[in-house]
Amino acid sequence: MSDLLRTPLFDIHRRLGARMVPFAGFEMPVQYDGLVAEHTRTRTSVGLFDVSHMGEVRVAGPDALDVVNRLITNDLNRIADGRALYTCLCAEDGTIVDDLIVYRLSPQEIFICVNAGNRAGDFAHMKAHARGEATLTDEGDAWGQIAVQGPKAPELITRLFGAEVAAQKPFRIQPVAFRGTTVLFASTGYTGEPGGEIYAPADSTPAVWEALEEAGQDLGVGPVGLGARDTLRLEMGYCLYGNDIDRATSPLEAGLGWVVRLDKPEFVGRDALIAQRDAGIPRKLVGIEVTERGIPRHGYPVLHAGKEVGVVTSGTSSPTTGRSIGLALIPTSLSELGTPLAVDCRGKLRAATVVSTPFYTRA
Amino acid sequence: MSSVDPDRFYSKEHEWALPDPDEDGVVIIGVSEYAAEQLGDIVMVELPAVGDAFEQDEPFGTVESPKSVSEVFSPVAGEVIAVNDALEDAPELVNDSPYTDGWMVKIRLSDDGGLDSLMSAADYEAFLEDLEG
Repeated sequence: MSDLLRTPLFDIHRRLGARMVPFAGFEMPVQYDGLVAEHTRTRTSVGLFDVSHMGEVRVAGPDALDVVNRLITNDLNRIADGRALYTCLCAEDGTIVDDLIVYRLSPQEIFICVNAGNRAGDFAHMKAHARGEATLTDEGDAWGQIAVQGPKAPELITRLFGAEVAAQKPFRIQPVAFRGTTVLFASTGYTGEPGGEIYAPADSTPAVWEALEEAGQDLGVGPVGLGARDTLRLEMGYCLYGNDIDRATSPLEAGLGWVVRLDKPEFVGRDALIAQRDAGIPRKLVGIEVTERGIPRHGYPVLHAGKEVGVVTSGTSSPTTGRSIGLALIPTSLSELGTPLAVDCRGKLRAATVVSTPFYTRA
Repeated sequence: MSSVDPDRFYSKEHEWALPDPDEDGVVIIGVSEYAAEQLGDIVMVELPAVGDAFEQDEPFGTVESPKSVSEVFSPVAGEVIAVNDALEDAPELVNDSPYTDGWMVKIRLSDDGGLDSLMSAADYEAFLEDLEG
C-alpha cells in the first residue's frame, strides 16, 4: 500500500492494531476490535473516527457566499454565520458531483467539507463554475478530522473543550482554542448520535485524538473504523457518495429534495432539476427491508411482480436492530411504503418491502 | 497469531478438514480461526443441501458479515452428508468456536477427495506466518 496517502493518525491506528485498507486513495482503518463492537460503542457510549481523509476547501473573498451559493443546491442565505448546511453539488445536467457540508463562517469566508474520493474533482468543478471575487483553496492536506460520536460524546467534549462548546446546537461550528492551537468544532456527524467533528491542523491531530482517548477512558471511548461508519450511517438512511448517489442520480431522485432550493435565482444544475421536477421524477431512492433470510448488497437487482425494476445501492445486516436493511433506487410508482419487492441475493429471490428511514431511532 | 488446531488439514483458502472419527471416508469441514477473524462478525451462513456434490476448491457456501459476503470453498471433493443447522440461528458460532461448534458440513470423500494435497497444521502455521508477515 506504498502509493497510498496516510492520515496524520496513521501511527495511532498502527498502535491500536487496526486492519488497514485502501480507501479513496488513503490507507484507512476499516476495523479495530470488531465492526459490531465498534458500532455498538458508538450507539451506547462514544466512538472516535479518523475522518482526516475527507477534503476541505476554503472560499474567501468579498463574494465568497455568493460564489458558493451558485455552486450548491441548498441556500447559504437561509442560515446565519457559524452554521452548517448539508447540500449537493450538482453538474449542469442536475446529477450529483458530490454531497457536502458547507460551513458559513462569515459571508466572506465559507469552509466546505468534501468526500475524500471527490477532492480533486470537486475542486476542479468548483473552480470552473466559480463566478465572483473569491479565492478557492484546497486545504485538504492542512487538516486532520476526528468525528466524536455517541450518547457520551457531549460529556467527552465537555471534558476537552468545556460545557459551552459541548452544548453547541446541531449543525453549527466554532473555533476552539486547544493546547496552543485552534481547532474547529462542528456539531455535525454521520451516525445519528450526539457529538461532532473536530477539524484540527494536521500536525495537532494526533494530540487531539490522544487527549480524547485519555479523557474518555471511563466513558468507554474507543476507535471506530470505516466498516462501522458505514453500518452506522446506513441505519440512519444517510447516502454514501459513490454507492447511493453519483453522476447518474439527481438529488430529487435521491430523496434529497429538501436540500435543493429551486427558488434560488441561479445555481449549477438548476435548469435540469426544474425540468426533471416538471417532467416527473422517474426513480426514487427508498429504504428497503429484506424480510426473508438474505442481506441486500450494493448492486443486487430489485424485482417487482417478477420483473427487474431497480437496484440495491447500499445494504447490510443492521447491527443495532438485526434487520436486513438497504437503500434501493426504484421507480417512483413503486416507492410507496409497504410496496412488496424482491431482492435477487446472488440468484435467490428474497422478499422485501419498502420501509421508512431512518431504520433506527434513538430511544 | 490465530490458533491452528493440530489435528486437521488446511487449504490455502483457510478451510479445515478433519477426518470424522466415527466414519471412515468422511471429513468434517469448517474455517480456520484466521479465516473467522478475517471474515469479521458473521451474521449469516448459507450452506448447501445434503446430497450436493462439490469438487475440490469449489465454493460450497457463503458467509456474510455486515460489511461483506465471502464464499467458502470445499477443501475436498465429495458429497455433503450433513450440514450444521445450528449456524442458521447462531452464525456467530463460526467466530466463537471455528474448530468445534462452528463446523459447517460433513462430506463423504470421492476417491481420496484430495485430502493429501492439503496442508498439515504445521505447514498451515508457516503459511499464516508468511501471510501475516
